[in-house]
Amino acid sequence: MKPKHATRTAAQGSRTRRDWEESTLRRALDGKAERRKEFTTVSSLPIERLYTPEDLKDWDAATRLGFPGEPPFTRGVQPTLYRGRLWTMRQFAGFGTAEDTNRRFHYLLEHGQTGLSVAFDLPTLMGRDSDDALADGEVGREGVAIDTLADMEALFKGIPLDKVSTSMTINAPAAVILAMYLAVAEKQGVPLEVLEGTVQNDILKEYIAQKEWIYPPAPSMRIISDMVGFCTARVPKWNTISISGYHIREAGSTAAQELAFTLADGAGYVQSCIEAGQDVDAFAPRFSFFFNSHNDFFEEIAKLRAARRMWCTIMRDRFHAKSQRSWMLRTHVQTAGCSLTAQQPYGNVVRVTIQALAAVLGGTQSLHTNALDETLALPTEDSARIALRTQQIIAEESGVANTVDPLAGSYFVESLTDRLEEEAWTYIRAIDSMGGIVPAIEQGYPQREIAEASYLYQRQVDQGEKVVVGVNRYVEGDTMRAPLLKIGPEVERAQVDRLLSVRAGRDARRHADCLRRLEEAARGKTNLMEGILDAVRAYASVGEICETLKKVFSVYQEGRVHL
Amino acid sequence: MSRGGPKVRLLIGKVGLDGHDRGAKIVARALRDAGFEVIYTGLHQTPEMVVATAVQEDVDGIGLSLLSGAHNTIFPKVMKLLAAKKSEDIVVFGGGIIPEEDMPGLHAAGIRKVFTPGTTTQEFIDWVKANVPPRRR
Repeated sequence: MKPKHATRTAAQGSRTRRDWEESTLRRALDGKAERRKEFTTVSSLPIERLYTPEDLKDWDAATRLGFPGEPPFTRGVQPTLYRGRLWTMRQFAGFGTAEDTNRRFHYLLEHGQTGLSVAFDLPTLMGRDSDDALADGEVGREGVAIDTLADMEALFKGIPLDKVSTSMTINAPAAVILAMYLAVAEKQGVPLEVLEGTVQNDILKEYIAQKEWIYPPAPSMRIISDMVGFCTARVPKWNTISISGYHIREAGSTAAQELAFTLADGAGYVQSCIEAGQDVDAFAPRFSFFFNSHNDFFEEIAKLRAARRMWCTIMRDRFHAKSQRSWMLRTHVQTAGCSLTAQQPYGNVVRVTIQALAAVLGGTQSLHTNALDETLALPTEDSARIALRTQQIIAEESGVANTVDPLAGSYFVESLTDRLEEEAWTYIRAIDSMGGIVPAIEQGYPQREIAEASYLYQRQVDQGEKVVVGVNRYVEGDTMRAPLLKIGPEVERAQVDRLLSVRAGRDARRHADCLRRLEEAARGKTNLMEGILDAVRAYASVGEICETLKKVFSVYQEGRVHL
Repeated sequence: MSRGGPKVRLLIGKVGLDGHDRGAKIVARALRDAGFEVIYTGLHQTPEMVVATAVQEDVDGIGLSLLSGAHNTIFPKVMKLLAAKKSEDIVVFGGGIIPEEDMPGLHAAGIRKVFTPGTTTQEFIDWVKANVPPRRR
């Protein structure tokens, strides 16, 4: 037995993929063709039948992977990854009035959630007050309505800000909302130095994908670099920008586009803060990232691994950051909302599980899992709990958190990681040749690329080339109903009433003085954060502060839309 | 659309504050590729802006896209404004994140059809061909 076994191993060792293809494989294919001619990822990247050592012939593990916690960070930014500490399970929540969301926060904290995440309603996201004409019907609907500091006080009532970390999904008016959070901390007697959290504050992806902008790119970049500078000095543990690919993907991009445009946005912020005179190693470690996790399991894992390696290269070689902390890409991941279906919504629990597992195997630092009913409405308490339990089962039962970067060295995963990196660099070189991400956005380049990809994907789904279970295959006549969360019109009335009573009760003179001083600061070069803080302390509203800045900065108009 | 007859003109409008224009742009492009004349409004339109454009461009149909949940407020407002302009013969349809239970109210307000997630572009095209005739001009 033994000699025979040894002979077989030796024979296999000298066999090439070619040998296999011409013998065993050919016989198999002669009998029966494969299910389809071409296999591709959800982003239409071609996938081979088999990956072997030949795919990694010139591939060097020492330079391509390194070790966890060491450059180029392909294997993760922490040496022990989830053996040290599990990822943060951070479920995004917010609806109705500040009191409604406050109750949901208390519920989530009691059920084992480890960080808060605030969703704001559209008027707040667009820098408009609840009584603005464009806010009609939108107040408290997609998130919590915040007009003044009074709302922020209610939102965090009974939640000690030195004990939680808070992520706030806010962009164009991020400086105003952060100022309100700082003002609440002051009132709680919590020193700013200990505050932990994140504001999304990523305006570039708004022009590219999510479209919730206020001012044009140049003044927007100034507000951001002012805020970054302020936080570096005063709120040192705050994550100042969460550079987001999530929305780029939701708008219909491919995985490679998500990777490329997100890193290009990141490079844009670094460049802008350096140009404002800031030291790269002082601010860059507080930048974090936010990626999507879509259905294509290995493509998503490869994307996260490639992202870390590429950011390390960008920070070290392009911006000459000295500190390894500046080279590290820390990221939050959310499962792909756009992958969920209204048809047979319980299938979404399975999609979310696969996507969450990819995020974990990709080495994320925190994770939001979508609820099964999110294509229809905001999650109910039950659906939100299933989403959180999904993460807990992966963390505590599946065993995937036991070792660091378990897929490293896989012929397929490493080849795919390299391929995504290569595709992304091609886009980044194109953006660099346009003079950087701001000019590229002004020319509509990323917007056009995404629109093309999204139209192609829709056609593939319409033609059945890409399968969506319950939508174009395994369709059932009756859609299973899930109970939905309702937001009534009384929310809008209550919110407008509160805003009016805050306006009536505040010190009108102090309020007017603060806004006048803020306008002066905007016309000059003073850091805007102090002025914004003074205005929110005087109970100026989000809308009033943004209107003041619009007088100086004007309003962004989207150019011709590519269809 | 009858062969050789006047081309059907459509306005695809992104009403409300949400910036989710992926669906609206796909629908606009698919309808254009299917031979309709399509005007896309761009983002953040008020009902007043949509109706003014529709009347000025003399369209036959309006497709409203909204994913923020404000459809019960905004869609009926468009219908009221159209009636005030004596343009209620413009066929109005909508799409977005719209729960089943909101449909009867929207139909009662005069919205002819509400498309929900998972609709194919061909379903849009077929419905528009069957239900949006050119208005007499």
